[in-house]
Amino acid sequence: MSALTDTADERLLETSSLRRLLARPELGSVVGALAVFAFFAFVADSFLRTSSLSTVLYASSTIGIMAVPVALLMIGGEFDLSAGVLVTSSALISSMFSYQMTANVWVGVGVSLLATLAIGAFNGFVLTRTRLPSFIVTLGTFLMLTGMNLGFTKLIDGTVSTKTIADMEGFPTAHDVFASTLTIGGVAVKVTVLWWIGLVALASWILLRTRTGNWIFAVGGNQDAARAVGVPVDATRIGLYTGVAFGAWISGQHLLFSYDVVQSGEGVGNELIYIIAAVIGGCLITGGHGSAVGSAVGALIFGMTSKGIVFAEWNPDWFKFFLGAMLLLATLLNTWVRKRAEATT
Amino acid sequence: MTRTAQRTPLIELTGAGKRYGNVRALEGVSLQVHAGEITCVLGDNGAGKSTLIKIVAGLHQHDEGVLRIDGEETRLAGPRDALDRGIATVHQDLAVVPLMPVWRNFFLGSEPRKGAGPFKRLDVDLMRRTTREALARMGIDLRDVDQPIGTLSGGERQCVAIARAVHFGAKVLVLDEPTAALGVKQSGVVLKYVAAARDEGLGVVLITHNPHHAHLVGDRFVLLRRGTMAGSHNRDEITLEELTRQMAGGSDLDALRHELRRA
Repeated sequence: MSALTDTADERLLETSSLRRLLARPELGSVVGALAVFAFFAFVADSFLRTSSLSTVLYASSTIGIMAVPVALLMIGGEFDLSAGVLVTSSALISSMFSYQMTANVWVGVGVSLLATLAIGAFNGFVLTRTRLPSFIVTLGTFLMLTGMNLGFTKLIDGTVSTKTIADMEGFPTAHDVFASTLTIGGVAVKVTVLWWIGLVALASWILLRTRTGNWIFAVGGNQDAARAVGVPVDATRIGLYTGVAFGAWISGQHLLFSYDVVQSGEGVGNELIYIIAAVIGGCLITGGHGSAVGSAVGALIFGMTSKGIVFAEWNPDWFKFFLGAMLLLATLLNTWVRKRAEATT
Repeated sequence: MTRTAQRTPLIELTGAGKRYGNVRALEGVSLQVHAGEITCVLGDNGAGKSTLIKIVAGLHQHDEGVLRIDGEETRLAGPRDALDRGIATVHQDLAVVPLMPVWRNFFLGSEPRKGAGPFKRLDVDLMRRTTREALARMGIDLRDVDQPIGTLSGGERQCVAIARAVHFGAKVLVLDEPTAALGVKQSGVVLKYVAAARDEGLGVVLITHNPHHAHLVGDRFVLLRRGTMAGSHNRDEITLEELTRQMAGGSDLDALRHELRRA
């Protein structure tokens, strides 16, 4: 203690800025993103065209919209394996409600929002009540939702996909909000990119500048400590699951309004891609550390890799291999960086 | 007894007992905590120290006896209730979140905010500055309040926790084995801050199994053995040697010495 106080200032000047940079959770992912970008710019001639880049951005945004709330949830120390199929459920509810009730599609969109948030809150509620691991709880809801998506769709529509709602009232405006393409400075930008940027900004604000953000870090970092100082641990967790549901609602509506119909078997496996994006972006798998911006960079790496392989005219089967290698490398890098940043001097 | 007899104790336990199922963890324990004094609770492992502080910290409720806070008979509903009544507990496993910066930990659960409506946000500047000042007031000079609290040493973390309790206006500070995992030098530093908290006018409950540490700062000593009270002394009534002997088990120690003596 006395040694620290004696030499404090000199040491602070020497290492502070570098240390602070290394301590940023997204550093590893930014380095990785630059490397992936340089790699595909080199091997695929068409990668740098504006049309290619907007394709990459679109692919990234569809993952990124979900990666943001999933990252927040992981910082809070939990998983959500039902996130992928919840997107499909949200789209199905919206489509089927509007069609069956012959209502304005916005009514279906609203009902879907409430139902999706309720499913998210259910995940959180069961988790906090039973104190079972989130892996088990959300694996359960994952399976149940997968079954319900298929079961209800077949029961109501007789096939595995919903009926088209493209000619229904309110469809054009809903399409504008969730699935339109804007032209910004001569570049075609899907509206999902704006949703994505908006969510990243909102999540960063919540994490770094609000009391809720402080609680999310604390709940994931040491829930007993958080409870002991009066943090509402259970409410924070339920809120995080509801946040994932909100992301699933946006993604689901995008899915619905870009294709008019929803395939009820979709979404399975996507939950892992969201988690991978969050982990590549520097979220600690054990909770308590990570960032929303990092999850966005993780999603960007995902988009660049999935589309870059196509532009390089390789067999897309290789995509999963690349993603897996990226995940391992990113996690190793993050672990190394964090140890550096935290090393006690 | 002379200078505190007339004052109402901040906390007074009389004949407190606690059972877990058919296990009697604590029985007939009495304890007084006065402002500006340090009450030491000494005992071996399993003596009931943890149960005792859980009652005072609001984590468990007592089954027998009476708990008075400021002379008023009461029961604590939970840790938050205890905090609201000015009882701050620093647990052995340290209630901090290791990966979070010192200033975020310092205000965790009581974050100051500014702005209105959806723009209500943490007052980050105030939080950083206050953390630095509150630590400085206790004589803790930290190089950087932005470093994760996990990078601090055990002793430093104890000191931050104590400074935190003092800053948030605790009247009673309960410390669970603050020096248990620390080296000699670090223990000394922590005891200095315990004394600093006492000088700020707080009533301190210091749980320890080290009679040397207890005797350095303690004003009154409560000895626990197997869930019951084995002794209660004021500072002027007991010497360090006697305290050590009682703590070590008194007659048990004599028997042990006899047993271990080389033939």
